[in-house]
Order: sequence, then structure tokens, then C-alpha cells
Amino acid sequence: MNKKSKVVSYNKWGYIFLIPFTVIFLIFQLVPLATTIYNSFFENYRSGLTQIGPNFVGLQNYGTIIANGDLPTYFINTMIMWLMGFIPQILLSLLLGAWFTDPSLRLKCQTFFKTVIYLPNLIMASAFAMLFFTLFSDSGPINSMLMQIGVFKEAYQFMSHVWTVRTLVATMNCLMWFGNTTILLMAGMLGIDPSLFEAAQVDGATSTQIFYKITLPLLRPILIFVMITSLIGGLQMFDVPQILTNGTGDPMRSSMTLIMYLNKHLFSKNYGLAGALSVFLFVITGILSLIVFKFTNSDKVK
Amino acid sequence: MKKRIVSLLVLATMTATMFAGCGGSDSANTEAPADTAATETEATEAAAELPADTGKVLNIQCWNDEFQSRLKSHYPGYEEVDATHGKIGDVEVVWTITPSTDNAYQNNLDEALLAQESAAADDKVDLFLVEADYALKYVDTDYAMALADLGITDADLADQYTYTQSIVTDSNGKLKGSSWQACSAGFIYNREAAKEVLGTDDPDEVQAAVADWDKYNETAAKVAEAGYTMCSVNDTFRVYSNNVSGKWVQDGKVVMDKNIEKWIDDSKALVDAKAEDTDDLWGDDWAKGKNPEGKVFCYFGPAWFFNFCLNADDPASIASQGGWGYCVGPQSYYWGGTWICAATGTDNANLVKDIILKMTTDKAILKDIATQDQDCVNSKSVLAELASTDDGNIALLGGQNPYKQLADGAEKVDLSNISAYDQGCNEELQKAAKNYFQGNATKEEALDMFKKAIVEKYPELTAE
Amino acid sequence: MDMAANTTIAGKQDTGASVHARRVVSYVVLIIISFLCLFWFYVLFINATRSNSELSLGFTAVPSTHFVENWTNLKNGTLPILNGLINSLVIAFLTAGLATYFSAMTAYAIHAYDFKGKKFMFTFILMIMMIPTQVTVLGFLQLIDKMGLDNNPAALIVPAIASPAVFFYMKQYMDSTLPLSLVEAARIDGSGEFRTFNQIVVPLMKPAIAVQAIFSFVNSWNNYFTPALVLHDDTKKTLPILIAQLRSADWLKFDMGQVYMMIAFSIFPVIIVYLILSKHIVGGVTLGGVKG
Repeated sequence: MNKKSKVVSYNKWGYIFLIPFTVIFLIFQLVPLATTIYNSFFENYRSGLTQIGPNFVGLQNYGTIIANGDLPTYFINTMIMWLMGFIPQILLSLLLGAWFTDPSLRLKCQTFFKTVIYLPNLIMASAFAMLFFTLFSDSGPINSMLMQIGVFKEAYQFMSHVWTVRTLVATMNCLMWFGNTTILLMAGMLGIDPSLFEAAQVDGATSTQIFYKITLPLLRPILIFVMITSLIGGLQMFDVPQILTNGTGDPMRSSMTLIMYLNKHLFSKNYGLAGALSVFLFVITGILSLIVFKFTNSDKVK
Repeated sequence: MKKRIVSLLVLATMTATMFAGCGGSDSANTEAPADTAATETEATEAAAELPADTGKVLNIQCWNDEFQSRLKSHYPGYEEVDATHGKIGDVEVVWTITPSTDNAYQNNLDEALLAQESAAADDKVDLFLVEADYALKYVDTDYAMALADLGITDADLADQYTYTQSIVTDSNGKLKGSSWQACSAGFIYNREAAKEVLGTDDPDEVQAAVADWDKYNETAAKVAEAGYTMCSVNDTFRVYSNNVSGKWVQDGKVVMDKNIEKWIDDSKALVDAKAEDTDDLWGDDWAKGKNPEGKVFCYFGPAWFFNFCLNADDPASIASQGGWGYCVGPQSYYWGGTWICAATGTDNANLVKDIILKMTTDKAILKDIATQDQDCVNSKSVLAELASTDDGNIALLGGQNPYKQLADGAEKVDLSNISAYDQGCNEELQKAAKNYFQGNATKEEALDMFKKAIVEKYPELTAE
Repeated sequence: MDMAANTTIAGKQDTGASVHARRVVSYVVLIIISFLCLFWFYVLFINATRSNSELSLGFTAVPSTHFVENWTNLKNGTLPILNGLINSLVIAFLTAGLATYFSAMTAYAIHAYDFKGKKFMFTFILMIMMIPTQVTVLGFLQLIDKMGLDNNPAALIVPAIASPAVFFYMKQYMDSTLPLSLVEAARIDGSGEFRTFNQIVVPLMKPAIAVQAIFSFVNSWNNYFTPALVLHDDTKKTLPILIAQLRSADWLKFDMGQVYMMIAFSIFPVIIVYLILSKHIVGGVTLGGVKG
């Protein structure tokens, strides 16, 4: 079946099919990216209506960022809030995915549940945050409920404690994205040949065994996708904490993420520092993704 | 002011609008217009007569439709075409409305003004609006025309309050904008609470109890004992920051004024004593005091605050019972207002001049604005008239006529110490200080945070 | 399949009782989760029925009476909401279509063919995925300005052809479900490569395409960041920009009731699109001839 010459002649189609992506990518992403990196070597910002620069400053912008030492803090904040949201999110998604695909459970109203879980993602992050704000305000319903059942004597200020702010951010992210993850996993699970499950059941495998021995391994490519895109999405976490903390990342910037920090420099159109910061971000994301990729691929049997 | 309501309420949202409009700019060559603009200004100064209008399009930059609706209802000859277009005679009026959320308005205006020189005649900005907090950013450049160059004289503006002019006076002493509003603000107190705590709700006697910050703090202690909260620390901030003894930025360095420091210390003490809270303005917690159950003693605000922020239409609110009172408070200050500026390079100078004159100095029009739109107008004589008649009595203040106090306040407001960095400094300081008030940082840590944020916002400044 | 048969198949360890217990647990969890998911829509609806001053007093669980009033105010306001709806629909549909189709094509190129630079391309596209939008948008705006695409919705639609994340998903999905033997079979039947892709691969990718079409659609629908920078004319703006504009109305007209009404209004179409597309995912698409 593998006729070498034939394969080669087909393979030129590989290039042809890549053309649209490549052309659009080169124009709309590579050019802007190159500009960003180029900018990072210049002093270039706006002071009121006066443009300062661009003056070539070499690696000075990189130096400034390393010198003020905030980057690791914001990196850690970002990772903490990401993990706090992602771990429950992936567990929940796997659990739901397992339940939905488990024939022995025969859940009723599956279509309803499957449809409902994605719905929170349809709400704009900004609208979502407005609602959260109302619910968790000092005089909001959550506080009055907690006070009524006697958990607190007086209103608890959710927005002024490090861990409650982080938890709220993580909860919102988890709520908004677990449906998305579940759908991805389910779509992957649907791709698995149902006869495999049947065969396993006939062989007397428990649903736990089926899940670990059949579902998970076959889901690996999709799981890798979920891990990596979540990680990247996590590192790019911005709108939820930005809206919830009004851009401050308070208390004392303990919920400030990397992109929120980047955003601060964009106020003064500080292309230089923002550019350098982006390069750092790019490198951090690259390294982490590579680790995840290698780690999950290490024992892959192709 | 409205911008403030919104940007706070909205909580910044999908922020990165930061970039808004920067697509149009070529960042490399933006210093150029300064010289040419300067020579142009001199040229117009020399010529007493304005050149005849050649523009067919009058471009107005603003952040909402407030000025549009004022122009529509009060400027003779303005016809509305649609939401963003109008007509004055043969001239087409084009409104560019950019929301001020996330600084989008300023970003957009920046790009438009920087491109002013190279823009086609019909695209040149003719008028733009600014708010006090950042007015100097535009006024202290050659992008805004001096009113004198438009042929507007001091005599034309004599009836305006001085503070409204200091906000738009550039570093060379040239007046470059004009407002139809004078939003002097004061102490709006809950009459019930005042009777309970102070034994009186008479404006003069309440004023005596909050006449300066020491008395205010004493009163606040009593208020807290009675189970009320005075207000939020963010309510008092503007009062302190309006009465500073020096500019925020001096020689490229951020300077902490004594009065700002006093705000931090006073507020910390009051928050610790539970006499004030740290609610953000316009949030749900802050708004709860509008109803009696909220147990809030006072708000700080100007005339527009009465009508639009106290929920008089809600039968459960204090306002609907006429339960508020008004007095000047510990220090005079102002809050809000919109200023009209003429853009250098306008090809409709005569029309621009006429709009500024009619909308901000014509007494008949200002009287109309005051009665129809409830703006506290920038005219000493109109306010005096309102103060002396029953026209100025306000139901939600229990029939009190606050115009005398408002007019007095407007006379006393002194804004000689504003700088182009006020908006950023005030916002960042309030945000940073909140950490201190809530016990998440020491005062030093909070101030360090403030300095860090300022340098991020304005890379050209130093903060140590 | 009845209960008895099921128990036999489920095997010795799984007694009927334990299945029953697990079923109860899953129902409880699912009901809680559904509540958490639907709750927000309820609050949005409640808020859309409340007036501005009612809203400023915080949350309540009962609807108020201002629903019609908020809608009339919004409809008669200065914002072209109907225009915004159409703009949002057009942009979101085209974006979703282009992103899924071309990403499937790109993924197929890498999945089905062996050519020089294939590994490099794959890694390269993954690298692109790591660049935050906020970072390159500055250059992007300068670029579209030079291309004359400023204030043109095309600047938002065309770049969707290169969507690294969608591509990555398609590639992963093909890895787990698209055997090359099927392609070989098509070749033997004399099908051209392009035809094979369109008529065999695309239909097989339906669940993946539906999933990513929803995600792209929703992303584009809720996107405020880039559109706000690109579109300037009121008639070209999308719904999220108009919402932001409504929120920055001046204090005379500021009305949270209208804002919530508008949010509710703009969620409605996307729910419908979602419900239509979701049939392809949750309804259970069987992948006929494909064997893992």
C-alpha cells in the first residue's frame, strides 16, 4: 500500500493546504510580532501629547524589568490563580465526561446537562464580573446570607483579602471554562469507538477501569490540547481579575497577573517596556508549554 | 463627572482599549506640529479679525451626548440629523463620541489632535471637550486655541467663576477653554441622622459642626457612636485634594502634599474607628446610604448629585422624603463639569467662537440650561437670581435653597495648584491608600505602591 | 436495554445498588452544577427588569416591573442596536466559518502528508499560539492602517484563517480519530486530494468543527478588545462596543437597567446559535467507519 513515489506526489498537497494559513499568518501575526520585538529595544512612550522617542536603548528595557523585580511576583500570582481554577476545572470536566460516557449509569436528561454546562461561557466576562461584584459586595446577598446563618458577625469584605479575591477569580474562571473543557473532552470521547467500551464491559471491566484503561489513554491528544491551551490562557489571564479588582490587582497587587502588568505600560503607550515585557512573557509561555508537552508526550506510543 | 460614574461603575471591563485609535498614528514623527502651531497662533493674534469660515464640516470630539443635547436644545439654529450628525446653517456638524471607559476618549482625542495638521480640511477637529482632571494635558499644548485668539474677551467671561477658568489656563496664563457649568460641591447630610446625632438639621448649625476637619472628625466620632457611618473615605478625597498647597508634580517629581497626607491619616483613623468606610464610589455598598436603612450620615457632592445620584424617584429613598440637607462642609471644592476647547487648525473659527460664547456666557441661555437641565451654571448672576427666588428650592433637600451655598462655594474654590497629572495621581493614590485603610499594608508600603503605579503610568516622572 | 441486562453486562463488581448510588451522586452533582450555570442568566433577567435606582440598591431575587420600559428606552435611544446585532452576527459567523474550515485544512496538511518542514511548521504554529493578543495588537493596528483596513470589519474576519488554537485542536482530534487508511481508500477510489478533504475529511470532523465553531463564534461575539480598536463608525460597531458606550453614557442618561437589558439582548442570539450547533456535539454524533 505504501508506494513511495505515489506518496511523494501526494505530499505536495501538504504545502498547498498550508498556503492560506501561512499567508494570513505572515501578514497579520508575524509582522506585528516583529514590530513588538523591534520596539523592545527602544525608548518609546507618550507623555501627555508629546511623543518621547523612539530612541535606541539596547537592552535597557529588559534591564529595567529585571531590576524592579516584580515580574516573578506577578508570574506567581498568575500561576496560583490559574491552578486554583484549572485543577477543579479539569477534574470536574473529566468526571462529567466519564459520567456522560458511562453506559452503566444511563443518566437521564443528558442533553440538558451537556447543554447547560457551556452556557456560562456565553456571558461576557465583564457582565459576569459585574454580577459577581453585586453578589459579593459588603451589603450583597452572600454576605447577608452568611450573617444570617451566623458565619460572620459583620459583613466580610471579600475584595480586600488576598485569598478571597484569588478564590473569586479562580471560581469565575472555572465556572466560565469548565463547560468548554467538558465539551472538548466529550467531543474527543465521542470519537472513541463505542465497541471498545462494549468489549471491555463484556470482559467484566468496572467503569473505573474503563475510564483509566480506555478513555484516558485515547483522550491523550485532546487532554494535551486542553492542558496547553489552558496554560496559555492562564498565563494570559487578564479580564476577570482586571474587572474584579478594577485594574489594581489589590490587595497590594496580590492578584495582579502578567498581562495586567503589561497593560499598565500600555496606558502611556510605552511600546518599549511593553515590548520587552512581551518578550519575557513569550519566553515564559514557551518554556512552560514545552515542559507540559514533553511531560505528557514522554510515554506516548505512536 | 459622568465619565467618572461610568468608569468606576463599569470597572474597566475589557480593558485594553488603552490602544484605542493608536492605529492612526505614526509614532515616529509626532513632535513636528508644535512649532507650526505656535507660529499659527501668533499669526491669529496679530490679526484682530478672524478669517472667514471655510469649513463645511464642524467636527466635535466628546465622550457622551451631554453637550450634544445642550447644543440641540439651546443653540439657535442647530438641527439634528441623526445621532452623530447635525446641521448649523450650511455647516454639517459631526460628533465623534468615544466612551471614556478605559481612557478610550483621551486615546482617540490624542490621535486626532496629533494628526490634526495632516488631516483633510473636513476631518480636522474643530471643538473638543475635556474634564478638569486632565484638562491641562490638552490645554497646556498648542493643540488648544487661546480664547483671546478667537476674539473672546475678558469682558465676555466676567460673569464666570474664576476656578472654572484656572482649570483651563495654560502655563503661560492663556485661557484656553470655557464651561457652562460651575459644579461647586459640599456636604449633603441625612437630616434624620443630623437630628439624632447633633440635635439639629439646620444647615447653618450642621455647618458649624463640620466647619473644619477637626470639627468634622469630632462629629464623625459621634456619628459612629450613634451607629451611623459618616461616608466613604473616597467621598472626602476630592475635598482634600482640591485644597492642596502645591502641585502633584513639581520639576518632574511627584510631591505628596500635606493635605493629601492629612487625608490619609484622618481617613485611617476614621476607618479604624468605623466612622468611615472604604467603599468605592458608585458601587452597591456606597449607594446603600441613599435609603434610611443604609445608615449613612452624608455624601459629598455638587448640585447634579442631588438630582441624579440620590434616587429621588424611588419611594423608599431618603430623597423622596425630602430628607437631605446641604451645607458647604469643611473645605470648598468642586466636582465635575465639562469644558469646551477650540482646536488649533479649525477652519470654522467664527462658528466655534459663537458656540463658546452662546453656550457658556449668554445669560438667557444659561438660565434656560439651569432651569431645564438642572446644571449648576457658570454664571454668578444667574446663580444669584436662583438663590434669591423660590425657583432654587429643592424638594429632596426638604425645600432648602442651596444656591447661595453653591455660589459661595464656587467663589471660594481655588484651583491654582492643578497639574496635568492630577487624574492619574488622584486615582492611583486612592487605590493604593485603600490597602492601608483595610489593613493590608503599612502606610509606607501603600505609598511605595502608589509611587510604583505612578511611574508605570507616567514613565517620565520620578517618585522618590 | 433493561436493568437486568445492564447489570449482567456491567459485570460482577458493579452491583445494581452501587450503580444506583453512583447515579444518585451524579444527579445531585449535575443539578448543583446546572444551578450554578443557569443562575447567572436568571440574575441578568432580573436585572433587566429593574430600574436604575433599584439596581443601585443591590441584588434582589424577584423581578421588578421595568422590563418593557428598559427595552423601549434602549430601542429609542441613540445607539443603533439593530445594526450592532447584524454586524456582530456577520463578523461572528464569518470568523467561525473561516477559522474552522481553514484550521481543519491546515491540520489535515500536517496530519495526512509527509513533507519537509512539517515538524517545523507544527512547532512553529504552536509557538504562535503563545503570543498574547495584547502584545501584538499595537503592530496589528499599525499594519491594518497601512493596508487601509482601519474601520473595516474585514480586519477582524480575515485573520481568523490563521487560528493556531483551532488548528491545534483539529490536529489533536485527527490524531485520535482520523485514520489515514480512510484517506488511502479514497485515493484508491480515485478521489482528488481537495475533494477528499472536503467530502470525506470535513464530514468526519463534524464534532470537532462544531465544537470549534461554537468557541470561535462565542469568542468573536463577546470580543471587545480588538473590535473596539478597529471599528470607529457607529454603524459598523459590534454589540460589546455599544454596551461599553451605553455604560459610559453621561449621568443624565446613565441607566444600568438599559445596560442589563442590552446585555440580555446580546446574549440571546448567541444562545440560539449555541443550541443549534450543540446538537452536533451533545446529541451524539456517531463516527461511522472510523475506528480508534
